[in-house]
Amino acid sequence: MKRMSDQAPAKHKEDRPAPDDHLDQASPTHRPLDLPAVRAQLQSKAGKQYWRTLEELAGDPNFEELLHREFPRQAPSEWDDAVDRRDFLRLMAASLALAGLSGCGRAPEQYIVPYVKQPDGVVPGNPQFYATAMPFGADAIGLLVESHEGRPTKVEGNPDHPSSLGSTNAFAQASILSLYDPDRAQTVTKAGEIQTWSQFLDAAQALAATFRSTRGEGLRILTGIINSPILAADLQTILTLYPSAKWHQWEPAVGDGTREGAKLAFGSYVNTVYRPENADVILSLDSDFLASGPGNVRYMRDFYKRRKLNGPGDAMNRLYVVEPTPSVTGSSADHRLPLRSADVEQFARALAAKLGLGGSGKLAPDADKWLDAVVKDLKKYPRRTLVLAGEQQSAEVHALVHAVNNALGNVGITLYYTEPAEAHPVNHLDSLRELCVDIDHGKVSALLILGVNPVYTAPHDFDFAAKLRFDEKRKGKRIETVIYVSPHFDETAQYCDWHVAESHYLEAWGDARAFDGTVSVVQPLIAPLYRTHSLHDVLAAFTDKPGLSAYDAVRDRLKAANPSGDFEKFWRKTLNDGVVAGTAFPAMNASLKFNPASLSPAKESSSGELEFLFRPDPSIYDGRFANNGWLQELPKPVTKLTWDNAALVSPKTAQDLKVTHSIPSRGGEHGQILSDVVDISISGSKVTAAAWILPGQAEGVVVLPLGYGRKKAGYTGTNKGFNAYAVRASNALWAANAPSSVIRKTGDDYPLACTQYHFNMEGRHILVSGTLDEYHNNPNFAHEHEELPPRELSLYKGEAEFPYARNKWAMAIDLNSCNGCNACVIACQAENNIAVVGKDQVMRGREMHWIRIDRYYTSTLSATGPGGGLASGKSTGDPSEYQPALDNPDTFFQPVPCQQCENAPCEQVCPVGATVHSAEGLNDMVYQRCVGTRYCSNNCPYKVRRFNFLRFQDWETPQFKLMRNPEVTVRSRGVMEKCSYCVQRIDKARIDADKKDQPVPDGAIITACEQACPSQAIVFGNANDPNSRVAKLRTQQRNYQIMPELNSRPRTTYLAAVRNPNPELENA
Amino acid sequence: MSAGQPPIDSPEIRRLTPVLGPGHTFGSVTDKISSIVLTRPTSYGWYAGFALSFGFTGLMTIAIGWLFIKGVGIWGINIPIGWGFAIVNFVWWIGIGHAGTLISAILFLLNQKWRTSINRFAEAMTLFAVACAGIFPLIHTGRPWMAFYMFPYPSTMGLWPQFRSPLIWDVFAVSTYGTVSLLFWFVGLIPDLATLRDHATSKAKQIIYGMLALGWRGSVRHWHRYQSAYLLLAGLATPLVLSVHTVVSFDFAIAIVPGWHTTIFPPYFVAGAIYSGFAMVLSIAIPLRKAYGLEDFITMRHLDNMAKVMLATGLIVAYGYFFEFFLSLYSGNKFDLFLVQQRLHGPYSHFYFALILCNILLPQTLWSYKLRHNVAFLFIMSLIVNTGMWLERFVIVVISLTRDFTPSAWGRYQPTFWDWATFTGTIGFFVMLLFLFVRVLPAISIAEMRELVAETSEE
Repeated sequence: MKRMSDQAPAKHKEDRPAPDDHLDQASPTHRPLDLPAVRAQLQSKAGKQYWRTLEELAGDPNFEELLHREFPRQAPSEWDDAVDRRDFLRLMAASLALAGLSGCGRAPEQYIVPYVKQPDGVVPGNPQFYATAMPFGADAIGLLVESHEGRPTKVEGNPDHPSSLGSTNAFAQASILSLYDPDRAQTVTKAGEIQTWSQFLDAAQALAATFRSTRGEGLRILTGIINSPILAADLQTILTLYPSAKWHQWEPAVGDGTREGAKLAFGSYVNTVYRPENADVILSLDSDFLASGPGNVRYMRDFYKRRKLNGPGDAMNRLYVVEPTPSVTGSSADHRLPLRSADVEQFARALAAKLGLGGSGKLAPDADKWLDAVVKDLKKYPRRTLVLAGEQQSAEVHALVHAVNNALGNVGITLYYTEPAEAHPVNHLDSLRELCVDIDHGKVSALLILGVNPVYTAPHDFDFAAKLRFDEKRKGKRIETVIYVSPHFDETAQYCDWHVAESHYLEAWGDARAFDGTVSVVQPLIAPLYRTHSLHDVLAAFTDKPGLSAYDAVRDRLKAANPSGDFEKFWRKTLNDGVVAGTAFPAMNASLKFNPASLSPAKESSSGELEFLFRPDPSIYDGRFANNGWLQELPKPVTKLTWDNAALVSPKTAQDLKVTHSIPSRGGEHGQILSDVVDISISGSKVTAAAWILPGQAEGVVVLPLGYGRKKAGYTGTNKGFNAYAVRASNALWAANAPSSVIRKTGDDYPLACTQYHFNMEGRHILVSGTLDEYHNNPNFAHEHEELPPRELSLYKGEAEFPYARNKWAMAIDLNSCNGCNACVIACQAENNIAVVGKDQVMRGREMHWIRIDRYYTSTLSATGPGGGLASGKSTGDPSEYQPALDNPDTFFQPVPCQQCENAPCEQVCPVGATVHSAEGLNDMVYQRCVGTRYCSNNCPYKVRRFNFLRFQDWETPQFKLMRNPEVTVRSRGVMEKCSYCVQRIDKARIDADKKDQPVPDGAIITACEQACPSQAIVFGNANDPNSRVAKLRTQQRNYQIMPELNSRPRTTYLAAVRNPNPELENA
Repeated sequence: MSAGQPPIDSPEIRRLTPVLGPGHTFGSVTDKISSIVLTRPTSYGWYAGFALSFGFTGLMTIAIGWLFIKGVGIWGINIPIGWGFAIVNFVWWIGIGHAGTLISAILFLLNQKWRTSINRFAEAMTLFAVACAGIFPLIHTGRPWMAFYMFPYPSTMGLWPQFRSPLIWDVFAVSTYGTVSLLFWFVGLIPDLATLRDHATSKAKQIIYGMLALGWRGSVRHWHRYQSAYLLLAGLATPLVLSVHTVVSFDFAIAIVPGWHTTIFPPYFVAGAIYSGFAMVLSIAIPLRKAYGLEDFITMRHLDNMAKVMLATGLIVAYGYFFEFFLSLYSGNKFDLFLVQQRLHGPYSHFYFALILCNILLPQTLWSYKLRHNVAFLFIMSLIVNTGMWLERFVIVVISLTRDFTPSAWGRYQPTFWDWATFTGTIGFFVMLLFLFVRVLPAISIAEMRELVAETSEE
C-alpha cells in the first residue's frame, strides 16, 4: 500500500496529514474520515468526478485496500507485482471511467426518467441499423451497424457501398470487439497522469501559438495512410498555417511498391481499381487481392462471380498465382507456382519480355515453361485478362504489371486508373526516414503521432524509441513535446508526453474514402465510452478553428462540395445510404511512361540463401488488432494457428534445417503442436521464434508474420508470438536474404495452438473437387464415390421422416467460392455471443467457433485421379513428414457449420432431450435443458458441437455486457452449443411473415455467415420453396452431402469445388 | 500359499480339495468369522490401510469439489474426445461390480457350494464398486446439479427424459442393479447380523446389530421365509448380471462412432465384466484370507475355481477382440478398417498392445495347475487382468473418439492431474469401504458356512 500511495498524485499527499506514518502500520486501522481533505479534493478536481465513497475521495488507505481486495480481477498481477506509476494510474483511471459506465454515459446525468415519449423510430427490442464506414488503410468498408437501444452489437456490410456490396471481412466483423475492448486507453494523460481534455487543449493551443511565430519550424506530424477528406483538410490547414511544419506517413504493413510502381510507370501516383469480373484469365504476382489490400472485399465478390456454376455448360475464369507463401488467393488458384519473392520479380520481367515489351528475366526451366503456358493463355483472351502485383512486391514489379496490363489491352476493361484514394501518397519509408533523421539532427521540437505505433512498427534500425526517450548524451529529450493519439496506451505511448485516447470509428464522426474514391460519412453509433477523442479533434486544436467538431467539419465539407440544393435532405440521404453519391473517382487516362527494357538488372537470388519475408498477419494485421480476442483466436486461413505467429518454413527447407513438429497428447492434432524454436539473426538483429512448416511455401522462403510480440497491447495481446519487427530493417523491409546459417535451432520447443493439423481426408467423402473438364464430361462427378443407404432400413420408420410441411431450412455452401477468408467465423462469433477461450484452452481442443473452416491439401485437382502423394495411406497427414507433394499441394477450404441433419445422430443420444428436431428441420439446442453429457458431440460425425468445459464467458466485464447480442443466450458452463442457423434471425423473419400472413420470402433470412461472406459462397433459405436460391443450388448436380453413407442426411450441403486448370499445364 | 494343501497335480486330489478346511464345527466357524468383527483387536495394519485409503478418499472429495467449482474442463476431455477417464472408470467399476452378484445369484441358483465363503465380500465389493461407478455418470455431466433431468420425475414442464438415449437406459439399469444388489446383500446378512447381535461384546454393538437384524430369531418360519426371499432375489438378480453391462455396452454400441458401433459389444462387455469382477474378487480374497487367517474358509479350491472362471471369461473376451477385428475387415467399412489400422499403428497403439498382453496373453498361464495354485502369482495375475480391463475401456472409449469420421477434427487425449485424482480417489474410496466392511460386518456368511459344515460333515 505504501508504494502505491507514494505514487498517487502529489496533490493527494499534501492534503493528507502525515500519511506515511499511518501507512507504515502493518494493518491499517480505522481512521475517522478526513473531511477537510475531502473538501480540498473536491475543490482541486476539475470536470466531472466519480467516486464511490467519501473515503475514496479523501484517498483513505483503508478504502484503497478495500478496492484492492474487491476488484483483484480487474487488476491482474499488477497489484502484486511492482506497480509502476503508469500502471497504477491506468488502473485507477479505468475504474473511475468504469464507474461512469454504469449509466453508459449516454444520457445527460440529470435525467433519470425513462422515455416518456418514445423516440422516433425506436421500438425497444427491435434493433436499428445505421450506415457508417470502417476506415482501413487506403480503403474504407461501408457498413450497416446493428444497434440495440443505442449499443452497437454487430457489423454488417453496406450493400450500397462499393467496397462492401453488403459483405465484410474478418477485421470489420471484429471491430465491434475493439470498440468494447476494456483495455482501451480511456482518457488524456500527460506523462502518465490523468488530464482533462481542456488541459490538453490549453497545452495544444499554447504550443500552436509558439509555432505560429516560428512558422511551424520543428512541428512534425506522423500519421498512417490518411484517406479521410476532413483529416486531409485539417492537415492541409496546419501545413498552410505553419509552412515549415511537415507531415510524415508510416503504414507498416502496406508496401511502397504500389505507389512507387505507379510513379515509375506513369510518372505520378495513380490508384488502380480492378474489375476482376471482366477478366477471363487472371495472373497474380504475389498479390493476395482477395484477402488484403484496398477493395479486397469487393474484389472477392467480383472474382467469384466468374466462378459460380449453374450447370456443366457454364464457363469459369482462370486464376494463376505466383507467390512465395500460400495465401488465401493462392488457395483459389487453378495453377499456383511457388516462387521466392525475388524470383517473382524475375517472373514479372520474363513475362514482360515474352509479351515483347523488352527486358529479360531469369527463371528456372520449370517456371519458364509454366510462364510460356500462362502467356499463351493470356494472349488467347485479349483485353479480358488481368495481371496483379502484390502489395509487398517492389516498384519494378508493379511498373512491369502496369506495362503488361497495358500491352494486353486490359486498361479500361479489367482495371482502370484513378487519382489516388489516399489523401497524400508519399513514399512511407522515405517519409519516416526523413523524420528520424530530422529528429536526430534536433530539427523536431514537437511531434504529433496520430494513430500509428512507430516504436513498435518502425524498422528496428531507426530505433524509434530512442528518438522519443530521454537521451543520456544530450541530457534531455530530442523532442520537446510528443503528442500521441492512439486507442491503447501502447509501446509508443510510454515515451510520449501527452497521450490522447483515440475514439473508435463507431464513437466519432468522420469520413473516409474507399478504394475507388467513394466518400462515406463515418457515423458514430454511440457516444464515446470513455474520454476519447478523434484524430480530427486533436488536429483541430492546432488549426485556426480549434472548436470545430468533426460533425461540423464533415457537414461543412459536404456543404462546400454541394453548394446547391437542399443540404439537409442531401445530408440525411448521405447518412442513410452510407455513401456520398457521385464521389467515386472517374477513370483517368494514365499514359505509360515506362519501358521494361530500361530497368536495371535485378539482384538475382542465390538459391543457397534463405529469403525471409515480412507479411502482415492474416488475423491481427500489422499488430493493431493484437488485443482483439476474436481475431487472436481466429485460426489463420492457411496455417490454422491461433494466438501466435510462427516463422513459416517451407517443407523442404524445414527438412534441410531439421526443423520439425511433434504432436503431444494434450490436444494433439486438434489443439496443440510442439514446434522447434529457432533463433533468426538477420538485418543485424535477432529474434527467437517458433518454426512452422507450411506446405506450398516456396523452397528457401521463411515468412515472419508481423503484428505479434507486442509488449504493451493490453491483456489479450501482450507477449503473444514473436516480434518480427525486431528483425525488420529499413533496407530489407519486405524481404531479407541471408545464408541458412542465420537460423539456428535452440533445442527448445514451443507449444502452438493449431486447430487443424491433419491435412488429408483419408479418402473420405468430405471435400469433393474436380476440374471443369471433368464437370463438363461428368456433371455428376461429386456423387461418384457416394454410398447412400436405403431409407427403408431405419428402425424408426415413419417417425424419423418429419414432414417439414411449411419451411425446410437448408444451407448450401459453394466450395468453388470459398477461399477460407474467415469473415464468416468472426461474423458468427459476433452474432452468437461466442466466447473466446484463450490459448491454453485452444491447445486442449476446446475452441468454441460454431463455424470452422477446414483446410485440406491434395496433390491432384481431379476427383477421379489417383490422389497423388497426399492421398490416404501414402501420407500421414502430418506436414512435418516431408514428401515432395507438399511442395505445392492444392489447398481447399470447407466451412463446416452444424450440418443440421435430418436424421441427426446427436438427437437420438441426448438423454434429456436437450437437442431436438424442430418442425422446420433444425437441430435445436435447448441450453436450459442440457446437462452436459457430451454424448451428442461424441456421436456427431462432423464434430461441429462445442462444449462449455469451463465458464468461458466473461460475465463481469461491463463492456462485454454492452456488446452482446441480446437475442442470443449467453451460455453458461457445462452446456453444449453449436450453430443454430442463426435461429434468432429465422424466428424474427418468421414472425414478421406471420404478421402479414405470408410465407417467409426468400432472402428475408440471412444467416450471419452468409451475410458476411464476400464471395457469397454460403446460401441459406427454404428448401421447400422451389424458387429459393438454396433450393436451386440443391438441385445442382454438384450438390453433395458430407459422408452420406452415414445416413445422417445433412441439411447443410456443399457444391463441389471445380478448378479450371489449363490443359497445357495439366498434361505437362 | 496355505499350509496343508498338497500341490500334487492329480485329478483325485483336485476333486477332493475341500471348500472348507477340515475339523470345523458350527461353533468354530461362528467364532472364527465373528471374532474379526467383535473380539479381535484392530490391527495396526488395518489402521494403516484404512488411513491410506481414507487419504485417497479425501483426494477424491477434493477432486470432485474442485470439479463442481470449476467444471469438467479441469479434466483432459476436449472436442472430439468428449468422454475420458470418467466414462472409462465408470465402465470399469461397473464391470468389477459384476462378480458379486454373479457369484451370489447365478452360482447360488446353480447350486455351486464353493461360492459360500466368497459370496459375502464379493457382494460387498459389488456394492462398493457400483457406488464408485455411480459417482462418475453424475460428476461427468457439465451441470451435475441438473443431472436429475435424467430421471423420469413428474416435471411441471411435462418433460421426460429422452428414452431413445442409451444413457437413460443406463440410469435405469445401474440404479436397478444397485438396488437389487443392496437388497440381496442385506437379506443375506440378516441371520449373521443376528449372530453378531447375540455375540455382541458391548451394548452399542448389540443395539446396532440388533436393529439391523430386524428381529431375526432363527425360527424355522424365519428360515423358510428367508430362503424363499433369498431365492427370489437370486432369481431377480440373475438377469441383471447380464443386463447391466449389456446396457452399458449400448452406450457405445448405439452410437455411430467407429469402434463403438458394433453388435458384439453386449456379450463381450458382459464377459469382460465377469472377467474383471473375478479378478477383483481374487485381488481382495487373497489378502483377506492371509490377513485374517481364513485359509480354511477361502481354500485353494476357491482360488482355483475363480482362476478358471477368469480363464474362461478371458477367452470369451479374446474372442470378442478377434471378432471386432474380423467384422471390421469382413464388413469392408472404411471407417472400421481405418479403426483397425489405427489400433495397430495409430498414436495409441501401445495401449492396444498392452491390453492384448494383459487380457489375453498373460492370463493363458492360468491353464497351468501349478500357477493356479500359486497364490502370489494369482494375486499378481488378478491385478494384471484388472489393469488390462481398464485399458480395454480406455481403448474403446478414448481411442475410438480420437480419430473418427472427420479428419480435420482429429485430436488426442491426455488425462490431467484431476483425472488421476478422481480415479485413484475412487480406488481409495473402494478400498476404504472394504476396510470398514471387514471390521463391522462378517466378511464370510456365517449362516451359510454353518450349512456347509453340516453338509461336509454328512459327506
